[in-house]
Amino acid sequence: MKLPKSLAEFTDRSRVFDVVNPAVRSPKLDTSHGTILYLEDITVSFDGFRALNELTLYIHAGELRCIIGANGAGKTTMMDVITGKTRPDSGTAWFGQSIDLLRLSEPDIAQAGIGRKFQKPTVFEQHTVFENLELAMAGDRRAWKMLFARLTPAQRADIDEVLNVIGLTEHRHRQAGALSHGQKQWLEIGMLLMQKPALLLVDEPVAGMTPQETERTAELLLSLAGRHSVVVVEHDMDFVRSIARTVTVLHEGSVLAEGSIEQVQRDPRVVEVYLGEQA
Amino acid sequence: MAYPAVRHRTGWYSLWLLSLLCLLITGGAQAHTTPDEPVVMADDTAVMMDPLQQRREQLASLATGSFADKRRQVNSLQQQSWPGVRAVLAGMLAGALFHDDDDPANVYVLREQDGVLIRINPLDGSEVEIASPQGLKEVRTNNQLRRALRGAVARFDMADESPAVRKAAIAELRRDLDSDAVALMRERLPLEEHSGVRNELEVALALHDLDSTEAATRLAALDVLSGELANDVYNRVQRLLATDADGLPVEPDGRVRAQAQRAIDRIEQRRSIFGGLETLFFGLSFGSVLVLAAIGLAITFGVMGVINMAHGELIMLGAYTSYVMQLLLPDHIGLAIVLAVPAAFLVSGLMGILIERGVVRFLYGRPLETLLATFGISLLLQQLVRSIFSPLNRTVQAPEWMSGLWRINDVFAITWNRFYIIIFMLLVFALLWLVLNRTSLGLKVRAVSQNRAMARAMGVRSDRVDALTFGLGSGVAGIAGVALSLLTNVGPNLGQAYIIDSFMVVVFGGVGNLWGTLVGGMTLGVANKFLEPHVGAVMAKILMLVFIILFIQRRKQGLFPQKGRAGEDH
Amino acid sequence: MGEHSMLSKLLRSERGSLVFLAILFVIGVGMPLANLLLPASSALHPSTYTLGLVGKYMTYALLAISIDLIWGYCGILSLGHTAFFALGGYAMGMYLMRQIGSRGVYGDPILPDFMVFLSWEKLPWYWHGFDMFWFAALMVLVVPGALAFVFGWLAFRSRVAGVYFSIISQALTYALLLAFFRNEMGFGGNNGLTDFKEILGYDLQARSTRIGLFVVSAIALGLGYVLCRWIVTSRFGRIIAAIRDSEGRTRFIGYRVEHYKLWLFVISGMLAGVAGALYVPQVGIINPGEFAPLNAIEAVVWVAVGGRGTLYGAVVGAVLVNYAKTYFTVAWPEAWLYALGTLFVVVTLFLPKGIVGILQRFRRSES
Repeated sequence: MKLPKSLAEFTDRSRVFDVVNPAVRSPKLDTSHGTILYLEDITVSFDGFRALNELTLYIHAGELRCIIGANGAGKTTMMDVITGKTRPDSGTAWFGQSIDLLRLSEPDIAQAGIGRKFQKPTVFEQHTVFENLELAMAGDRRAWKMLFARLTPAQRADIDEVLNVIGLTEHRHRQAGALSHGQKQWLEIGMLLMQKPALLLVDEPVAGMTPQETERTAELLLSLAGRHSVVVVEHDMDFVRSIARTVTVLHEGSVLAEGSIEQVQRDPRVVEVYLGEQA
Repeated sequence: MAYPAVRHRTGWYSLWLLSLLCLLITGGAQAHTTPDEPVVMADDTAVMMDPLQQRREQLASLATGSFADKRRQVNSLQQQSWPGVRAVLAGMLAGALFHDDDDPANVYVLREQDGVLIRINPLDGSEVEIASPQGLKEVRTNNQLRRALRGAVARFDMADESPAVRKAAIAELRRDLDSDAVALMRERLPLEEHSGVRNELEVALALHDLDSTEAATRLAALDVLSGELANDVYNRVQRLLATDADGLPVEPDGRVRAQAQRAIDRIEQRRSIFGGLETLFFGLSFGSVLVLAAIGLAITFGVMGVINMAHGELIMLGAYTSYVMQLLLPDHIGLAIVLAVPAAFLVSGLMGILIERGVVRFLYGRPLETLLATFGISLLLQQLVRSIFSPLNRTVQAPEWMSGLWRINDVFAITWNRFYIIIFMLLVFALLWLVLNRTSLGLKVRAVSQNRAMARAMGVRSDRVDALTFGLGSGVAGIAGVALSLLTNVGPNLGQAYIIDSFMVVVFGGVGNLWGTLVGGMTLGVANKFLEPHVGAVMAKILMLVFIILFIQRRKQGLFPQKGRAGEDH
Repeated sequence: MGEHSMLSKLLRSERGSLVFLAILFVIGVGMPLANLLLPASSALHPSTYTLGLVGKYMTYALLAISIDLIWGYCGILSLGHTAFFALGGYAMGMYLMRQIGSRGVYGDPILPDFMVFLSWEKLPWYWHGFDMFWFAALMVLVVPGALAFVFGWLAFRSRVAGVYFSIISQALTYALLLAFFRNEMGFGGNNGLTDFKEILGYDLQARSTRIGLFVVSAIALGLGYVLCRWIVTSRFGRIIAAIRDSEGRTRFIGYRVEHYKLWLFVISGMLAGVAGALYVPQVGIINPGEFAPLNAIEAVVWVAVGGRGTLYGAVVGAVLVNYAKTYFTVAWPEAWLYALGTLFVVVTLFLPKGIVGILQRFRRSES
């Protein structure tokens, strides 16, 4: 039966109510060893189905990494683990050398410097474009401060700059819900930029974009690499080819192959399970 | 004031049962002489007379003689074995023995059955319905006589075929253990074959032996009494441990006191075990009520994700259905209740379908709006019932087979209505489980609840399934209403009392899981009943609510969470 | 710069607010003046009874605003907001009870009548201090605020949201209802607190006192409105609206959603407490019935009827529904629950934006 397990978990004395748990203060990001993200032996299962199976993956500081894989390979689940949405059954996840991601909540992780763009564009549709960027802006996020918060000229300039980068300057006072699909994608990227994260997780950024928009997105992501670390999950192989330096192939919840795009494409296992399907 | 009348009737009823048993028995009691009360034999001449004539004369003397005469006749009668003799003695004890005003030799036992007065002639067993006891005079008794009668009836009953009658007789004698009674029981003990009755006899005799001057006898008696649950035993043994005004122990012998203490400890231990069992039973039956009330909600809220605040009113409709059924079938109370179950299912189920088609279906995906709209419906239904049936509470009569109790011992008794509630809940649960897991409707319900679009693509008519699911959940609420109508008053506010509890059960058990509802409801019911004696009913309820609020902290999804990624949201 | 410019900015930004505050000012000043200056025979003379009625409506409106603040702007549907309302009312009631002093039926200088009746020897510890107005006034804010804080913390930390939150909050007020019915609680049990004599030394029955309470209610409503308006137009307000629209997304850009919800809930609970405290001296009684879940959900319907997410819509709804209630319960008592029930259904089905929504649509089609 399921009950004993539930009860056992409930009465487990090592677990305490969250409210009693002291808040974990996250230390500063430390990437002195050149690696910004360590995922080791991460396993996540849903109802016996292993979405991630002892996944081990390292992302270097300043790197632009593409992750490919068929549907169900575990790409989105991996992002969920990194951003704190899903807790793995086992394994470790560290952000730099000093920040244990598994002990942090979603907002803590976001504030520690990990930004995420969702597969479906999720902007705040009732807010204007400007307000969306304002909300995403890096800075103090304590509730009481927000009651009295006013934009400084520097912050305004920041927002204007991002508006310019994402090409939405003339739409700044429009409701985000009224934007086209592509514009929403851009707005979401803009929000990511406002967060000034050290690590960007970008889930299918060019889905639904025109070729020109795709090209601009590629340029933008390439320009971000170096200052930021970027992880891109994408299905569009042409797009991957145009930006990728290192590609990781996920299959059934673990890494199947890793290397340059040519190496990966030559890997017989990859050809069999992934590229082979497309061919 | 229906209650005293009922009790009155059942009193007559049991008396009649006893007399009937007695009439059937031709064995009769054995001749017996008590040492300090020599039996006065009837006149020698009586032997020569026609036995019927002799009995008539005896009865006449019993009816109108002096108390000393009566006493003599009682002593004589208790040794006779003709069919009506026990009825005469028991009737006299109960004040139901009458004689004709004109002819004291005509003695009758009166019995009331279903409002009709019946006159029984004990000599030939003939029964005549009479309009009133006019022209009849009650045979008078006094305390001394009643004591003699009690012994006499007990003597008959101790020889009865049925162990239950024998036990009742012993219990009756035990209330006042005089030497007659003790002698009677001692005589009976070696003859008794039924172990339960033997035990009763031994306990009664042991109680008597505690008054013995011999310490050894008292010790032996304590051995018998150790662990006996009856109140009189407990009190009597407790008295051995008391001290008098000077602080000296009442019981002089230290060994006896130690033994009495052990006996008390053992009694208390067993009492707490049985007390616990009884609380558990109460808890299970209360839990069953909760499960019944919540299980329909487990479908509409759990499976469909619809917050139906009118759920309580659907229960109420079910309760009113059973009230109306009893109005329609006033002579068949039990049948009305049985028929009310499908009727309530239909009434509440159709109302549920109406609610779903009329309101809820426009609000899928907007749970908070659904909540408000269905709350409005609950107000409408309440007021509707007030307009039709008046705001006053109505009572639904429980059929006879549901009243009464099964007394296992002095501490633990199972009341039948609570017992039937548990059985009924299990039946409803099993049926619902079968419907959801073994029928094509159930398959479709589960399919739609998991993936509406996919189910549609597979050709399931999702709107029809929605309506039927909602109807099913509402119908089950109606059935719960029938059960509740037997436990509590039926009124417009009946539903409100259960809606919050029902939601708590579903949330606690885990949304979308029938087993969760079962375990959740039972757990809450039992926990509530175990808390009640310590903190009171209201406080227990408050504590349960607070507990659930805290529990949700820990396990938002309840005891049995729905698994998988479907439960998560972006 | 500073508060003043901000205030004028937020008032300038929306016509509805301006209209509302103007009307409130006119009523708050005009009705007492009319009551005092116009002869009773004048058609424009509002009776003191009418004044009391409108005063009561204003406290309801404040309660409605507090609900709109969390429901309309943050999507938190509390079905237990009358708990805060009633607690504020009880805090005020305790003060008024202590003011009775030896004028009670039993004449005990310290103990309220119901305690003497229960043959209690001394005042329970939690009744101390309520003989002072400032303390009671503080408790009007602190007690509902503290309850909102504890409950909100528990609920929001574990991400109890949507209908779960609604049901749990209903259970909360239900538990309080049961608790306050108990005599042992020391709040007058079933009968609650009543037979008040005076407030701050003024006779509660006097016309001047009633007018004073009316004016104070109007001021409280106005201040409450401005406070809420200020909150929802600040960046805090944009964040809670973001939480309403997409809680998960707000979390992923680094906001501790539970803190925002918690503070908003606490503020809302305190506003409801103030409303309750102003309600009690005007109606002269507070009893456990105020905790009834039905009241809480009725208050939610005021907001739905008026139109949520506008604040002034909540006021409109509260006044209209309560006026209808006053009318029906006198003229046609049987029909009131039918009307209320139908209102629930009709508003949710056909008027998702309430009366304010109709007016807005009307205006848009005109222009």
